[in-house]
Amino acid sequence: MNRRDFLKATGAATLGTGLLITFPITAQEPEKIPSEVPEYPKDFNAYLRIGPDGRVGCFVGKIEMGQGNMTALAMLAAEELDVPLDQVDMLMGDTDLCPWDGGTWGSLSIWQFGPVLRGAAAEAKAVLLELASGKLGLPPDQLQVKAGVVSALHDAAKRVSYGELVQGKPIERHLTRVKVKPVSGFTLVGKDVPRKDARLKVTGAAQYTADIAPAGLMHACILRPPAHGAKLITADASAAEKLPGVKVIQIGELVATLHARSDQAREALGQIKAKFSPSPSTLDDQTIHQHLLKAAPPAKELAAKGSLAAGEAQSVHRLEATYRDGYVAHAPMEPHTALAQWERGKLTVWASTQAPFLLRSQLAKAQGLTARNVRVITPFLGGGFGGKGSCPQALEAARLAKIAGCPVQVAWSRQEEFFLDSFRPAGIVKIRSGLDKNGRITFWEHQVTSAGESEAETMYDIPHQRITSAGTWMGGGPAGYHPFAIGAWRAPAANTNVFAKESHMDSLAAKAGVDPVEFRLRHLKDPRVVAALKAAGKAFGWIPHAKPSGRGFGVACANHRDTVVAAMAEVAVDKTTGAVKVKRVVMAQDMGVVVNPDGARQQVEGCVVMGLGYGLMEEVKFRNGQILDENFDTYRLPRFSDMPAIETILIPNPDLAAQGGGEPAIVVMGALLANAIHDAIGVRLLQMPMTPERVKAALKA
Amino acid sequence: MAKPIALTLNGKKVSVDAEGSRMLAHILREDLGQTGTKIGCGQGHCGACTVLVDGEAVRSCSTSLASVAGKEVLTIEGLGLPNAPHPVQEAFMAHHAFQCGFCTPGMVLSAYALLKKTPKPDRRQVAEALDGNLCRCGAHVRILTAIEDLATKGGVR
Ligand code: FES
Ligand code: FES
Repeated sequence: MNRRDFLKATGAATLGTGLLITFPITAQEPEKIPSEVPEYPKDFNAYLRIGPDGRVGCFVGKIEMGQGNMTALAMLAAEELDVPLDQVDMLMGDTDLCPWDGGTWGSLSIWQFGPVLRGAAAEAKAVLLELASGKLGLPPDQLQVKAGVVSALHDAAKRVSYGELVQGKPIERHLTRVKVKPVSGFTLVGKDVPRKDARLKVTGAAQYTADIAPAGLMHACILRPPAHGAKLITADASAAEKLPGVKVIQIGELVATLHARSDQAREALGQIKAKFSPSPSTLDDQTIHQHLLKAAPPAKELAAKGSLAAGEAQSVHRLEATYRDGYVAHAPMEPHTALAQWERGKLTVWASTQAPFLLRSQLAKAQGLTARNVRVITPFLGGGFGGKGSCPQALEAARLAKIAGCPVQVAWSRQEEFFLDSFRPAGIVKIRSGLDKNGRITFWEHQVTSAGESEAETMYDIPHQRITSAGTWMGGGPAGYHPFAIGAWRAPAANTNVFAKESHMDSLAAKAGVDPVEFRLRHLKDPRVVAALKAAGKAFGWIPHAKPSGRGFGVACANHRDTVVAAMAEVAVDKTTGAVKVKRVVMAQDMGVVVNPDGARQQVEGCVVMGLGYGLMEEVKFRNGQILDENFDTYRLPRFSDMPAIETILIPNPDLAAQGGGEPAIVVMGALLANAIHDAIGVRLLQMPMTPERVKAALKA
Repeated sequence: MAKPIALTLNGKKVSVDAEGSRMLAHILREDLGQTGTKIGCGQGHCGACTVLVDGEAVRSCSTSLASVAGKEVLTIEGLGLPNAPHPVQEAFMAHHAFQCGFCTPGMVLSAYALLKKTPKPDRRQVAEALDGNLCRCGAHVRILTAIEDLATKGGVR
């Protein structure tokens, strides 16, 4: 199908073809989409199309995985164009229809891509005003725009709508150096609005990759080794082949069963008798930290100031501690899924991917096609958290569909999801530090291994410091350094580093006999962090007290990529069972201009909940290449009964452009909980997750 | 093949020509085209596949087709429609009690089943009833509030 046919075929009725929200049939197709060049196109027509009915089609290469950017980006476009929000239709993550994008992660949608979209919309509006000026015979400065209608300032009868001006055609005229609206001119941005995806999601009408079923579809299940590093020796598929409707594909290491019904394909897979060589890996979740330290690649210096020796000489107390955490899974509720369809040498893949354009290149390379002959369509994603940046299931589906000669869906089972996920790496952070007689920190040495660099540096005012990092979540160790795939997990590296840093700050505060908030304030230079701490303190009702106070109060703060967060929590610890109950969390966040406040609060709440997970319960168990967690019975996610009360404070900061909000609040959660636990029971937990067993062990030690 | 299995799906009688041992989630999604029911774990551990069978919330991934023969099955599609959402769905919309939406059909149906039985649950009762429904996005607090709010406004009757 070419683009024109696609758009013709696309009424609101065929939502399944992509992330298409009530897109009007009248929408103008994009004429030239320079999406093969890996950069944001300059022509605003690539992002925006105005139909004769005045509806605005907004095309973006980002994807919606729950984070609400479908709504926030629509708000930005509506704001700059001065059209009502419900007049903007979003089409996202379709490589044939949307302009190029680098991927949806790192909290980048708003702060990095937002300005691009705003600029395009602002230019489009300026051009529309010029067109209206010609039509109405009035200079642009005597015109105003309201709800997509241009009218004369002093004569409301003189009016023309965007739809009438454009007639559904691309706009030929372009302008340079058009300014976006100043924050003071916002009428929509900064307001709570209904999410654009609400109606579809609460009624089950929202389509995810697994919900798309073209005629002739076969579901494929792929034989996986029992352990990472295990190699297939033999596979006997004779029993599976006899099952009605089953097709077996066996090419070297690739063994798959296909059936028109997914459960029957899975059942057939169970009939395959396979022998694998044992995994060469001898690591497990108990020995991993030792191994990671021993086999670490050379450390890289990230920052250095003064001299550690001089700082050490000035100190009267020294404190050294090693912090650890384990591997954690992304565990989105929707497992990795893809559907591939070949038509006359052209490949179309629907995939739950965070990076459709990257996936397109990978598919093109794997199949020996030009990017032009590959189309990736991204329906709604059932969560991503970094884990759907990598999409091997799409490559599998493409390969199998070609062999099978029919559309093929590959939907990983939960067990496959746990086995094939790219985990957040286990990490180790060693911090050495010292205090002078006035309770000021004289030196700080932070050595992180395997987690990564983000947030390794300290934001506190410390004269002598050195920060190093060895190996990251992107790799960097020797072959086999990690026994399985690792990758970006919501705020990669930062969760580990901030856990260590902010735990350590608390220990130093305790050593100095100073309230932990006060101790931080004394060492802070960043006024935004100071303000956030104060805002959190006020909402929480923080009463200064030296640690441990027995109240179970904790604090932690961070500046994550220019979004500032300060968190406070209250926990209760059951000393007999070791169970930690988080009663409430207050999160103050300064993220610059807030596009969609309720959306930002949702992200903060999501961060708090996911942070409870990695802080208290989540850790992938493995042995000899085998992943022991196969489902949610052993890999426990935070549940309703684990929920604290969550209060979010968004600190107004119109002077700073909109920053990311999908990650910052999660980075403080580990330390926040560790600090609150310490305040409750006087015991410092140095390893995440802080499970009941670890709490009990720490109490005994 | 054995003879077709009859049941009531969202108020309509249907007859399914499939093995009775197959799980309802797959039948709904693939044989009957009702894809609002989601599969998150396939083994009864997440609640994404929740549907109502004779008013009881069950995990359709672990409920066989044969076991629902002659019974009434309610899926998310049968509760309300995009242009006519049910009050539970409206409450979820109003509170933005979802993010990615993948757990949402199961959450909505679990909430509906709860409110049918316990019209005025307190927060703890809601948390208990929904504890087996997982949400990775962390919409929990909003889901609790949405259900509480609906209950105080008259529930589902
Ligand atoms: S899919 Fe049925 S409980 Fe998870
Ligand atoms: S909204 Fe994403 S899993 Fe609940």
